[in-house]
Amino acid sequence: MHKLWASTYKEFLLLVRDLGGIAILFIMPLLLLIVITLVQDSTFRTISDVKIPVLLVDNDKGEISKNIIENLSNSNSFEILQESSEVEAKEAVFAGKYQLAIIIPENLSASLQKKVDQNVEGILSKFGLEENSSSIAKKVIPQQEVRLYFDPATQTSFKSSVKNGIDKMISKIETESIYKAFQNELGEEDSEPIFDTENFIAFKEIFPTKNNVEILPNSAQHNVPAWTLFAIFFIIVPLSINMVKEKNQGTFVRLRTQPINYATVLGGKTIVYLGVCIIQFTLMLLVGMYLFPAIGLPGIDVSGKLPMLYTVALFSGLAAVGLGLMLGTIAKTQEQAAPFGSTLVVILAALGGVWVPVFVMPKLMQFVSMISPMNWGLEAFYDVFLRNVGFVKILPEISLLLLFFLLMLLISIIYNRRKNAV
Amino acid sequence: MIEINQLSKKYKNADFFSVRNLDLKVEESEIYGLLGPNGAGKTTLISMLTSLLKPTSGTFTINGLNFRENKNELKKLIGIVPQEYALYPTLTAFENLQYFGSMYGIKGEILKKSIAEHLEIMGLSKFANKKTSTFSGGMKRRVNLIAGILHNPKVVFLDEPTVGVDVQSKNAIIDHLKLLNSQGTTIVYTSHHLNEAEFFCTHVAIIDNGEIILKGIPSELIKNQENATSLEEVFLAKTGKALRDYA
Repeated sequence: MHKLWASTYKEFLLLVRDLGGIAILFIMPLLLLIVITLVQDSTFRTISDVKIPVLLVDNDKGEISKNIIENLSNSNSFEILQESSEVEAKEAVFAGKYQLAIIIPENLSASLQKKVDQNVEGILSKFGLEENSSSIAKKVIPQQEVRLYFDPATQTSFKSSVKNGIDKMISKIETESIYKAFQNELGEEDSEPIFDTENFIAFKEIFPTKNNVEILPNSAQHNVPAWTLFAIFFIIVPLSINMVKEKNQGTFVRLRTQPINYATVLGGKTIVYLGVCIIQFTLMLLVGMYLFPAIGLPGIDVSGKLPMLYTVALFSGLAAVGLGLMLGTIAKTQEQAAPFGSTLVVILAALGGVWVPVFVMPKLMQFVSMISPMNWGLEAFYDVFLRNVGFVKILPEISLLLLFFLLMLLISIIYNRRKNAV
Repeated sequence: MIEINQLSKKYKNADFFSVRNLDLKVEESEIYGLLGPNGAGKTTLISMLTSLLKPTSGTFTINGLNFRENKNELKKLIGIVPQEYALYPTLTAFENLQYFGSMYGIKGEILKKSIAEHLEIMGLSKFANKKTSTFSGGMKRRVNLIAGILHNPKVVFLDEPTVGVDVQSKNAIIDHLKLLNSQGTTIVYTSHHLNEAEFFCTHVAIIDNGEIILKGIPSELIKNQENATSLEEVFLAKTGKALRDYA
């Protein structure tokens, strides 16, 4: 025990004497969290403050194009910039000056009207309501297309969302045109609509509740756990460098000649670096709770969740420290440890679902994700933060994190023993 | 005190043995110098005796304890002063010594007292609370020595303890080792300073190509070598004047 305490104290001194290192350890993750949350915040807002400029070429100049422009403007997501030439609009978008151009074809209103009229008349004639059904000759009306040009750098998710939105809007306009045509054919006046064009079937998202209050997810609640975990796992870089330095300084050689087992050496490092993880976590929580609301971001609510959040942070920290110990044991130079460690964290974050949710990953990657400690940590944090679960629900995840730490520790000890066996 | 039997070491992928079938006996309270040109096998031998390297074959005992069966007990008996400054540069001299002393199981006031005494003898008391990164080479060597002897080991292994230091520091180190030896500590050390070894060691062994080519009391070795007036002349007569560059 005395040796473990001495090792811990030594690690503490080494850490606090490197003020630059400490600043990087604590400040950079906070900066990362703030920047990412600011960037992602608009995604989570119902009404965005940001309007995306969109080029629109109106070759129709009819009722439908007017309707489309009105709908787009009312969506509050787009700033409509009218452009006269499709070629110029296309060039501007493909050059990356704009994300999107919408080209409304010539005679869209007229063609749609003809098509709808033809269909309505056809239906009515079947019911014998049309005066001279035999005189209706079905003409072929060519299909019209609204062309969309996207900046090649635009992300697929944005494209899909825009395409879906426009598709829905056009369907609604078409439906309204059909109803209107029926109304005209039935001789009703436009001023008194006889068809209700609003959707009959609506959907409502039901959120989890706590004390009968809905828990609405926001960017902070998604980002704080994800990027906190990312920062916690980045501990493997300074930890592995610390261990490689000991090898290069010769102090590790001296330790190997002393009556001390490797587990004690690693124990001292584990305690100190786990402490760093917990301090990091605390700072990030404080930023989420107090700084975010002060700068206009949604804050995080931790009321009643702190013990479970710290439990998840502790076990996530253990997993990260274990990985750092293994890397530090195996790496021979700082040039090996630093790039490998940082790249490994990014890979684990990607696999863990920090950037892309696991459920949208290909099947193989979903399976790989299941063996990523960052995924276990992230799921446990989401369970506590967003799903409002009890301790039993996070038990499997924190058990996996603990097992991962023990496995890393075991590998480190065995590797060290085999490498330095006498 | 130390009995080495047929000890050999061949590094992985090496074409030759660094230490080959070496036999050596070091008695209690001797100061035994292991001398040899670069690449002779001195550091490899000391590394095996201090548990840093696994011998390819052969065996040794220290104070009757076999190195394979009593590794932890052996580590308590020995102290090592490596060739490099095995110190944490951002820790003070006191903090370095407190840590390494603790690893030998010494604690509390006993440890503090031992550190203070050694620092005093080595003329480093007033620098106890300075970071070792600010120390000169000689000062680091002295702290390096203290870190290896804080636990009063029965045997101290020193790998070129006076390399690259000024005369004053060298003198302080040698004097301190003599004091330790007078208290019963056996000393095994390697050096390229043959004049130093001649006057400091009670016994020496000249090693070349991993084998002992000559051993004995320095004065007797000089006497037995034709036309030799110093240990350096004996050394050159036995190992030749060819340069020993290797990579």
